[in-house]
Amino acid sequence: TMASRHKNTRRIEGLDSNVWVEFTKVAADPSIVNLGQGLPDISPPSYVKEELAKVAAVDRLNQYTRGFGHPSLVKALSQVYERVCGRKIDPLTDILVTVGAYGSLFSTIQALIEEGDEVIIIEPFYDCYEPMVKMAGAKPVFIPLRCKNDGNSASSADWVLDPAELANKFNSKTKAIILNTPHNPIGKVFTLEELQVIADLCVKHDALCISDEVYEWLVYKGNKHIKIAMLPGMWERTVTIGSAGKTYSVTGWKLGWSIGPENLIKHLQVVHQNTLYTCPTPLQEALAQAFWTDYKRMDDPGCYFHSLPRELENKRDRMAQLLREAGLKPVLPDGGYFMIVDVSTLNVDLSDVDEKQPYDYKFVKWMITSKKLSAIPLSAFCGPETKKQFEKYIRFCFIKKDSTLDAAEVILKNWNKQTI
Amino acid sequence: QTRFLSSPFQAKMSRPLQARRLEGIDKNIWVEFVKLAATYSKVNLGQGFPDFPAPDFLREAFTRALGGENHMLHQYTRAFGHPPLVKVLAQFFGKLLGRDLDPMTNVMVTVGAYQALFCCFQAFVDEGDEVIIIEPFFDCYEAMVKMAGGTPVFIPLRLKAPKDGKLMSSADWQLDPAELASKFSERTKAIVLNSPNNPLGKVFSRGELELIADLCVKHDVLCISDEVYEWLVYDGKEHIRIASLQGMWDRTVIIGSAGKTFSATGWKVGWTVGPDRLLQHLRTVHQNSVYHCATIAQEAVAQGFQRELMLYGKPDSYFVQLPRELQQKRDWLVQSLESVGMKPIVPEGTYFLVADISEFKSDVPDVPNSDEPYDYRFAKWMVKNKGLAAIPLSAFYSEAHKNSYSHFIRFCFAKEDATLKAANDILQKWKKEKTSS
Repeated sequence: TMASRHKNTRRIEGLDSNVWVEFTKVAADPSIVNLGQGLPDISPPSYVKEELAKVAAVDRLNQYTRGFGHPSLVKALSQVYERVCGRKIDPLTDILVTVGAYGSLFSTIQALIEEGDEVIIIEPFYDCYEPMVKMAGAKPVFIPLRCKNDGNSASSADWVLDPAELANKFNSKTKAIILNTPHNPIGKVFTLEELQVIADLCVKHDALCISDEVYEWLVYKGNKHIKIAMLPGMWERTVTIGSAGKTYSVTGWKLGWSIGPENLIKHLQVVHQNTLYTCPTPLQEALAQAFWTDYKRMDDPGCYFHSLPRELENKRDRMAQLLREAGLKPVLPDGGYFMIVDVSTLNVDLSDVDEKQPYDYKFVKWMITSKKLSAIPLSAFCGPETKKQFEKYIRFCFIKKDSTLDAAEVILKNWNKQTI
Repeated sequence: QTRFLSSPFQAKMSRPLQARRLEGIDKNIWVEFVKLAATYSKVNLGQGFPDFPAPDFLREAFTRALGGENHMLHQYTRAFGHPPLVKVLAQFFGKLLGRDLDPMTNVMVTVGAYQALFCCFQAFVDEGDEVIIIEPFFDCYEAMVKMAGGTPVFIPLRLKAPKDGKLMSSADWQLDPAELASKFSERTKAIVLNSPNNPLGKVFSRGELELIADLCVKHDVLCISDEVYEWLVYDGKEHIRIASLQGMWDRTVIIGSAGKTFSATGWKVGWTVGPDRLLQHLRTVHQNSVYHCATIAQEAVAQGFQRELMLYGKPDSYFVQLPRELQQKRDWLVQSLESVGMKPIVPEGTYFLVADISEFKSDVPDVPNSDEPYDYRFAKWMVKNKGLAAIPLSAFYSEAHKNSYSHFIRFCFAKEDATLKAANDILQKWKKEKTSS
């Protein structure tokens, strides 16, 4: 019959379901205060919007640009990151512009990972890492972050890797480890010591490091974002990924980039030229102009790279306070714009809920219906073995305007009152 | 302040790096020819993009979207396509196909038609699957089939010599039915159809499409139908959608492009239309590769289509005006090439024109033992010495067949009249130099 001949390829078998499809639908109801999916409801900075308005008027910017990245954008990126990294970065060979950081992850994995390879993924993880590794035919090997204080976590810094456990995950088949710092969902900012442990293992086992640093600018007081590619022995084996969406609060621009040595980036470029060839021109030009604006004031507190984290730190602190007052236990993130919360303290009995889903899935669905507040269950970010460990946590996004947080405040303050 | 010592021995990776799926697909004609054009060309009729502006109504839609109160257009939209866009695409193509289309399941938006093609090959081509590709073809088809582990099976359009004195037409390039039938095997997963065809400009006739459709049904094969130039058909010809033929809707994915439809190639908005049974797998690839497409351009393209829906078939429709303008440019270029001794193949569609350059052979120095087909050398020599950029036809052939038609080059005529005139000046001057020497 026709049905069997036109089924999907092996590479996408089992990769069709997706936590976002489930939860963005549920939260689309406008009466629900949506702190689930990670998208800002604050406005991007006005100069960023203005740059895009300007480019619309330039004819040639509506036509194809250079495939691996619009010249003015890769130039701007190389300047910004040369400043940050303290090393020369060639705009044409060391950078690839992609459709969001998502596209960079895909290009990197398709370029460098294949059947027979193992890829280490730290749990909890941004959910696309696992299906992308599988789609490349490789085997994901999970290692969880573990809470230092026996489950009593007040800060993202409490969540750490066990060095011996990590070392055990590396073997001759290990092609790469995926690092995400600042970390989604926990908000952990890996320290120099922690990065050194990972780097040492990469060098020892000649493995790659895919470093997802989309939240690189969003680090809070007392913390510093360190690029693992800058550690000795790491530049040659690391692809570092960044995102315009997270840098400039423009997730809908879907522009990201991969930066690394030519001998790695050239393979990503081959994937790119065989998947979508080139990214949209007007958005790249506008982004380049925005970068020049901030490059010129990089040491200035007014630079968006510094002003945004200051703004978000206030929101973070407000969110954490509200959650505590409602009897929940937030884990204060050192970076990023997400916060995980231990909901077990509320002792909400959901045993009568029939579905075979982890506790946090059931809790979020209950919270959406009865409290009109949405979040994302943490077990969506875990491999099969660790779901039990993380099912008492849910994730809130706090890159939200004041009125959204005000609405959340009302709900949280009334939490313990009887639901209507 | 931490200092990182740069190690005297940079620990280089010693193991092989790239995945095997990249084997044989690292070369790309555009990388080479776009660079040459950028360096040498005074007049660029090479890469396929318009040098005239996108229509006002489209640029205004973009500006309106930006100027509006809704700054959420700078954030993620629905992953499988911005609702206003998929809704109008479903309406528009539903009308054209005579079907009720569900915007959520029968349409998916992609990053250009290029990414739509990628999703199709990744979703349906496994190792060992064969995919039939008609030569000459848009070069990415072969590379994408290979990257998916499939085996491309080529079949050429063969040039039937026109009657004496008549100009060649893209209609003179035809498939041999028996030869086509012989290419289908039990391993054939799909055939890629591109009509109107890049580079020849051929618009497949109903009879030709029926031939292909019959074989698809007989062998239960999918059809990946690249119809990006669907509006660019000339001389009153009709673009027929193979998905509307008997037995084809259920096995066809139709691919379209805002870049070609609205002369805005840099926006990179494309789409797929087809049955949910097939599109569900494209969605799986999409959600695991790029996930979302940029929002604002989708919003503007949606408004462009709203306008065209209202003006469909009317003289003000962009889909009526654009082909009319391009037909004039086509005719102008045909005349220009003829007058200098290049023999144009008059295209029935697209904004490309292929011309026979055998009369100019003598100008390009002979390179003994050269691996490169003649037309490659010609195109490179021409851009460097005459400043006129075009693309060699053998770029659109498989490795094995690169020398089949090695004295043709492809011109893009989606250009301002001034550009076409400048090209003519270069050619006339060149002709003068030849006849006077």
